[in-house]
Amino acid sequence: MFNAKYIIPGLCLFLVLMFLPTFVGRGRPYEVKLELPKDQKACIEDTQVMRDKHMQILNEWRTEAVRDGNRIYTNAKGQKFVKSLTNTCMGCHTNKAAFCDRCHNTVGVNPYCWDCHNLTPTQKTPIPPAPDGE
Amino acid sequence: MKSSRRAFLKLAAITALGVGAGRLGFLGDSPALAEALPSAADYASGIKAKHWGMAVFSKKFTPELIATCRAACHGEHNVPDISGKKEVKWFWGASFAEAFPTEHGEYVSDDVKNRQFPLLCNQCESPMCVRVCPTQATFQRPDGIVMMDYHRCIGCRYCMAGCPFGARSFNFQDPRPFIKGFNPHYPTRTRGVVEKCDFCAERLAVGKLPICVEASGGALVFGDLADADSPVRKALRDNFAIRRNPDAGTSPSVYYIL
Repeated sequence: MFNAKYIIPGLCLFLVLMFLPTFVGRGRPYEVKLELPKDQKACIEDTQVMRDKHMQILNEWRTEAVRDGNRIYTNAKGQKFVKSLTNTCMGCHTNKAAFCDRCHNTVGVNPYCWDCHNLTPTQKTPIPPAPDGE
Repeated sequence: MKSSRRAFLKLAAITALGVGAGRLGFLGDSPALAEALPSAADYASGIKAKHWGMAVFSKKFTPELIATCRAACHGEHNVPDISGKKEVKWFWGASFAEAFPTEHGEYVSDDVKNRQFPLLCNQCESPMCVRVCPTQATFQRPDGIVMMDYHRCIGCRYCMAGCPFGARSFNFQDPRPFIKGFNPHYPTRTRGVVEKCDFCAERLAVGKLPICVEASGGALVFGDLADADSPVRKALRDNFAIRRNPDAGTSPSVYYIL
């Protein structure tokens, strides 16, 4: 093989670098510490459902509330909630930075919900979105 | 001398405490909107109609009343207060010639000529804006309300070109710094979307009338155009009313009683 003395060590180095994060991270717990609302015990659905599907739920809420005028969500237990990001979700999770942002920043997603939606239903003034277009 | 200095320091300390407390927000600094959040039960009392419509008793409108209704609407919906070409408006006023350019009234009575007419989205029966919207961000609900899904709006402004009434505004810039009388329960808009009046769909859902109707003190009448006993149909039965620019063929749902 032409230039094998460069190519084979190079390939090895590439593979080592490629899989380094996998080996280093193995066994370490992947955890994001969130600040949960202190005066509430349960969210609209179970924690695992919320963790996996809150984005789909919010998308469905948006479509159903705006386009179909169906503004009430009934959860698996039969409890009823208003389909509203600010007035329902952010009414309990009042600290976006300590709840939403911690996970979103860790996994590198950048939802633009708050370009329009307010941070809490008790917010006093509008907050201009971050200059980097968050 | 000594006692007066002591009294002065005491007074200064108490004043500083008061100013500090005020700034912290547990004196005076009340929330922008004291109204309670609607609960899930409130939505059971939502009002429904076959076709929502409005009648305007234009004789009752003064520029002041238009300003009152405009302030109520814009405060409720976080409409930014921008003047000039970038103005964003849901509710505004205009003269007879501006509001009814197709009437061609050559010799109009002084009363009508000098009157200010309140204008808002006409919630047309066959809305031009809905037909031209490439993303279906603007759509018509079964109850006639022409509504916007701001999530879908791409800011192409076809609807603004299509609307024969100038009822749509574009956000050329981030509207948040220009919002006066902020309502945290209602979202703001963002740069690059078009916005307009939607007959307070969010208030109808909890059984309230549109905020301009509440603020107008009876000068605006709201109701179901399909229901012959509704207040709006009664107003239209008893009074002669015209619609803006009927030649455009969009069939507005807002009627003006001259």
